[in-house]
Amino acid sequence: MSRHLNYREALREALREALTVDPRVFLMGEDVGRYGGTYAVTKGLLDEFGPERVRDTPLSELGFTGAGIGAALGGLRPVVEVMTVNFSLLALDQIVNTAALYHYMSGGQFSVPLVIRMATGAGRQVGAQHSHSFEGWYAGLPGIKVLAPATIEDARHMLAPALADPDPVLIFEHTVLYNLEGELADDCTVDICSAKVRRPGGDASIITYGGSLQKSLQAAEILAGEGISAEVVDLRVLRPLDDATIMASVAKCRRAVVVDEGWRSVSIAAEVMARIVEQVFYELDAPVSRVCTEEVPMPYARHMEDAALPQAGKIVAAVKGLFA
Amino acid sequence: MSIDHPAPPPPSGPVPYDKPLALALLADMLRIRRLEEKAAELYGAGKIRGFLHLYIGEEAVGVGVLHALQPEDNIVATYREHAHALVRGMDMGVLMAEMFGKREGCARGRGGSMHLFDRTTRLFGGNAIVGGGLPLAVGLALAAKMSSEGSLPQGNLLSGAVGGAVKQRITACFFGDGAVAEGAFHEAMNLAALWQLPVLFCCENNLYAMGTALERYESQTDLCVKAASYNMPARSVDGMDVVAVHRAAEDAAAEVRSGAGPLFLELRTYRFRAHSMFDAELYREKAEIDEWKSCGPIHTYSGRLKAEGKLTEEEFLALDAAAGAEVARAVDFAEAGTWEPVADLLKDVHTAVGAAP
Repeated sequence: MSRHLNYREALREALREALTVDPRVFLMGEDVGRYGGTYAVTKGLLDEFGPERVRDTPLSELGFTGAGIGAALGGLRPVVEVMTVNFSLLALDQIVNTAALYHYMSGGQFSVPLVIRMATGAGRQVGAQHSHSFEGWYAGLPGIKVLAPATIEDARHMLAPALADPDPVLIFEHTVLYNLEGELADDCTVDICSAKVRRPGGDASIITYGGSLQKSLQAAEILAGEGISAEVVDLRVLRPLDDATIMASVAKCRRAVVVDEGWRSVSIAAEVMARIVEQVFYELDAPVSRVCTEEVPMPYARHMEDAALPQAGKIVAAVKGLFA
Repeated sequence: MSIDHPAPPPPSGPVPYDKPLALALLADMLRIRRLEEKAAELYGAGKIRGFLHLYIGEEAVGVGVLHALQPEDNIVATYREHAHALVRGMDMGVLMAEMFGKREGCARGRGGSMHLFDRTTRLFGGNAIVGGGLPLAVGLALAAKMSSEGSLPQGNLLSGAVGGAVKQRITACFFGDGAVAEGAFHEAMNLAALWQLPVLFCCENNLYAMGTALERYESQTDLCVKAASYNMPARSVDGMDVVAVHRAAEDAAAEVRSGAGPLFLELRTYRFRAHSMFDAELYREKAEIDEWKSCGPIHTYSGRLKAEGKLTEEEFLALDAAAGAEVARAVDFAEAGTWEPVADLLKDVHTAVGAAP
């Protein structure tokens, strides 16, 4: 059995379930309560669970993210919402210098079971300060896990294992996905340690995540019409990367394109490519390629933003380039 | 030559404690002093490396405040936290072993002098980002408040949770005057006051942010005014006087514990030694240091005790000798400690599967 819902509703169901089953869980962030969430993810939860557990905060990203760390150390299971990834840079000190380090630095005495959700990505003409993809930066940090749900299923089911994890988990929700609709099976469960093949194929691997998954699936569809069978791998978990799934796909297809909405330099794409070269270089029939965002601050005008971002057409061209 | 930062008059007046408490405060100040003098020596000898920040001169602050707290309270401290760990109950040998980088240290040698942690005494670091501990303290207090208000089953709390009757755990957050210039200070003060959280903010104002004097980095040098702007009580205390600190902290802790919300204590003190072992002290005059030393917390306090007949010279020497012996044992313990195997380098980046967080 399955039912139809959108990504936003799936996230809300997950939050509602977490608040229901575990009294230690509470939500905290800017406008998560009375406003209903900037992207309406938490709409209605204030009425259901009250202001103690759906806690509106001042515009103090550093303060309330740090407070989330402290609350986690104090025995609670906070879910901190940061409105958008650009604003998370105001909280970077607490995430990098405290949350990620505490277990190791304390000789294993303290753990920080904190979940931080934030919106990421471009495509809605909201300009250079609301559109970037910094999840790759966070994915470079030892001590945390980084998730990027790109499907209804992951939106609904990644939160529970993230909350069960004893260490900090960051969840990046691409803003164009909030209205994504789909079917959700009643009996599905997900993990937070593996990549998944979203479309099987045999000629080229398209390795991607988050907001680029739908574009990659569109590209695979176009390529199928041209006789190229592309396999689409959804990374899902950006730290730790699931090397086994990536390498199995690349070794099978012998060609790979990595699609990442971050800027190309020092990106998730760069990391995945390096690992492919390290691990399955001799299986390759062509150099590994990538499609990333152009290295510019995100422009506002629609045509310029479109030009800056990975698009299905660019992915198709990159895959075809592997056969040149 | 005029002195930029004149010292207060030396602490004086009666010591309103019975003999055990009166001597306990003195004993802890001596333990800190002797421990840190030895640490400086061992730094010179290469046994302790990295950064080493000494509390010498500031002992009355940590001792006075920590003696006013309960074992179930949370402590958040800075990178100048040997005193806090020690007074809170960390074994001096374990502390010394951590500074040596030995496996027998409180953080198995991963932390060092600036990152002392102790789960059993609820010491949550040892934070070397100036201001970094303040938001953490807000969160610890939020957890304590939500737990005490009954929205959580007690059994779900971490070890050390207060069982049975609800008793408000408070969080004491230590930070220096330099932290007041950080955004984290202002965000944390606002959150704590807005949500009426049980945080005791303890500002150890030693008048310098590393080498920059307070009046050279703050437009408003009255730190209590800043705290008061967040609608919380703020009091300035002579941090050279362990009696004044202890009494102020007892009153403050009781108020915070009663649910009155956060409270700010400015503890005016002075660092007798350099900021760290790399500091040539170009920014202050020796005359200023000497003047503050004249109101040093240990000799002024022991003098008052003697004047009141609560302490004899023999008793003082015995306490000092006991502190010295404890330091010697701590050094032996650290010397005899072992190095963590390099094979364990990657251990504890993440919490082990199955471990209770």
